[in-house]
Amino acid sequence: MGKLLLERLLTLVLKLFGMAVILFVVTQILPADPAAVAAGTDARPEQIEKIRKDLGLDRPFHERFVTYITGLLRGDLGKSLLTRRAVADDLKLRFPATLELAILSGFVIVICGVSLGIISAVHAGKPADYLIRAAVVVGMGIPPFVLALFLQLIFAKWLDLFPLEGRLHTLMAPPPFRTGLYTIDSLLAGQWDIFWSCLRHLALPVAALSLGRLAVGARFTRSGMLETLGQPFVRTARAKGLRENRVILRHAFRNALIPVVTMLGIQIGFLLSGAVLVEVVFTWPGLGRYAVDSVLSFDFYAVIGAALVIAVIFVLSNTVVDLLYAQLDPRIKHK
Amino acid sequence: MQRLDQRGRKWLAFGKANPGLLAGFVLLLPFLLFALLPDVFASHDPIKTSIRELYTPPNAEHFFGTDELGRDVYSRVVHGARISLASAALIIGIACVIGLVLGTIAGYWGGWSDRVIMTLVDLVLAFPSLILALAVSAALGPGLRSAIIAAAAVWWPVYARLLRGITLQLSEMEFVTAARALGATAPTIIRRHILPNAIYAVIVRISIDLGLAVLLLASLSFIGLGASAPTPEWGAMVAWGRLYFLTEWWIGGFPALAITLVVVAITMLGDGLNDLRTIR
Repeated sequence: MGKLLLERLLTLVLKLFGMAVILFVVTQILPADPAAVAAGTDARPEQIEKIRKDLGLDRPFHERFVTYITGLLRGDLGKSLLTRRAVADDLKLRFPATLELAILSGFVIVICGVSLGIISAVHAGKPADYLIRAAVVVGMGIPPFVLALFLQLIFAKWLDLFPLEGRLHTLMAPPPFRTGLYTIDSLLAGQWDIFWSCLRHLALPVAALSLGRLAVGARFTRSGMLETLGQPFVRTARAKGLRENRVILRHAFRNALIPVVTMLGIQIGFLLSGAVLVEVVFTWPGLGRYAVDSVLSFDFYAVIGAALVIAVIFVLSNTVVDLLYAQLDPRIKHK
Repeated sequence: MQRLDQRGRKWLAFGKANPGLLAGFVLLLPFLLFALLPDVFASHDPIKTSIRELYTPPNAEHFFGTDELGRDVYSRVVHGARISLASAALIIGIACVIGLVLGTIAGYWGGWSDRVIMTLVDLVLAFPSLILALAVSAALGPGLRSAIIAAAAVWWPVYARLLRGITLQLSEMEFVTAARALGATAPTIIRRHILPNAIYAVIVRISIDLGLAVLLLASLSFIGLGASAPTPEWGAMVAWGRLYFLTEWWIGGFPALAITLVVVAITMLGDGLNDLRTIR
């Protein structure tokens, strides 16, 4: 396990380095002149010149590249044009908001998706199964931002059940900073009203983010369960008189977990992409919205920084899924 | 007449055996018609503004209402079908060609070309697709063309990986060895022996990806990186409609519905085709 972990860590570092290079090259080489784009269409030449200096674009590409990469190794992601602050500091501020959204959505996807999948498989061919399968098809097709808009319209505007947007009631001060996750921080500080407000603000974004992915989870679980339920060892378990619940959860489900975990790895990417869109709709102050804002204002270092952090979350969680794999099924030998 | 009847019955039986495929096709059909003949189905000019008819709710004259400039939302949705479907086809087309070339090279020659290509594939796939597409299209500047290029740029690795796998598998087959022994050159072997055998897997993959491409393009447009005004692109329409969504929901709501229906339809079609293949 230790050796495996070390190997994974090494490839991880190399991979992240490669990804940083790709992002840098893509954003620095493609446009004819990022400074001109950043300055806007009716900027005077001296304005463009100034931005060029600020961005360090007056230096040759390889020099900029070396500066950026060495900065990266020190945790310096450059300066944002928009906020006039270090990108790394901006990201630190935004990161917990996205993390809170993603973690909660992940939980909902796993718990609801897996249970729906099991129900669907156990009742295969019955109305419950058809209902879930139909919901799955629709859930997979509906884009997160469309779902977010309609949830907002129905549950915030028409039914007035949940707040429209934001992370917290505008009149409330955020809880004292410990983790940056408002729900946990407010609990640690014993501020129940803030905790409740956080949960209410999380409800719609989490729903928008997880409903579609949950459908995919249910589908994977269903097919995995159907496969294992037909296996001889399940028949044996039933034959020796185990209760049906135990057969399904202990015997069949455990063995259906492999495809479910595979699914999880894929889901995380979609979850992070979806978070960008959902954050825009709910004006959620997270990484995704930061990335979008910076893209729209041609704030290149901020774009690279945000994209890189999101990519790091993605790669890291995929590595965890990989390791989980080996734990789940000892038959899987790692290359 | 009798032959026609027979053929009809055959199709009916096929549809019954593959309900998902049939439902997907039926759902997609109106949008295909919209895309092919937008002028026949549109009731109004999609970009003509009308100051006297701002924010009209859906009614008999304007089925989906009018938007903030008095444009007919229904006609814009109809015209948007061609943009969305054609752009999605273009994205997948570009991705497919690049992936085809690089994938077969990596699979057939192996060695360092394989290592270089697959490293790049792994790196691109290590990003959540929207995130990298965001960066690429930002670098190219906003616009429908940049969005299409950006989407294709993050998509080709999927096809490269698929084609590499198939090529690796096929190039160990006896008929390829036989062709090589007969003196066929590598391009000939790839063109005559490998690609024809890969075509079905590629088609199934395309049918699944098309829906996702519609989705990615709409997402980029929604963020503000896709089509610019007054192009009736669905994602962009939702983005502008968002500003009025809580009061005049129809402006963004109908294009949003159109995106959802098309993605659902194409997903069902793709799934149906995939099932057909596994049965085969």
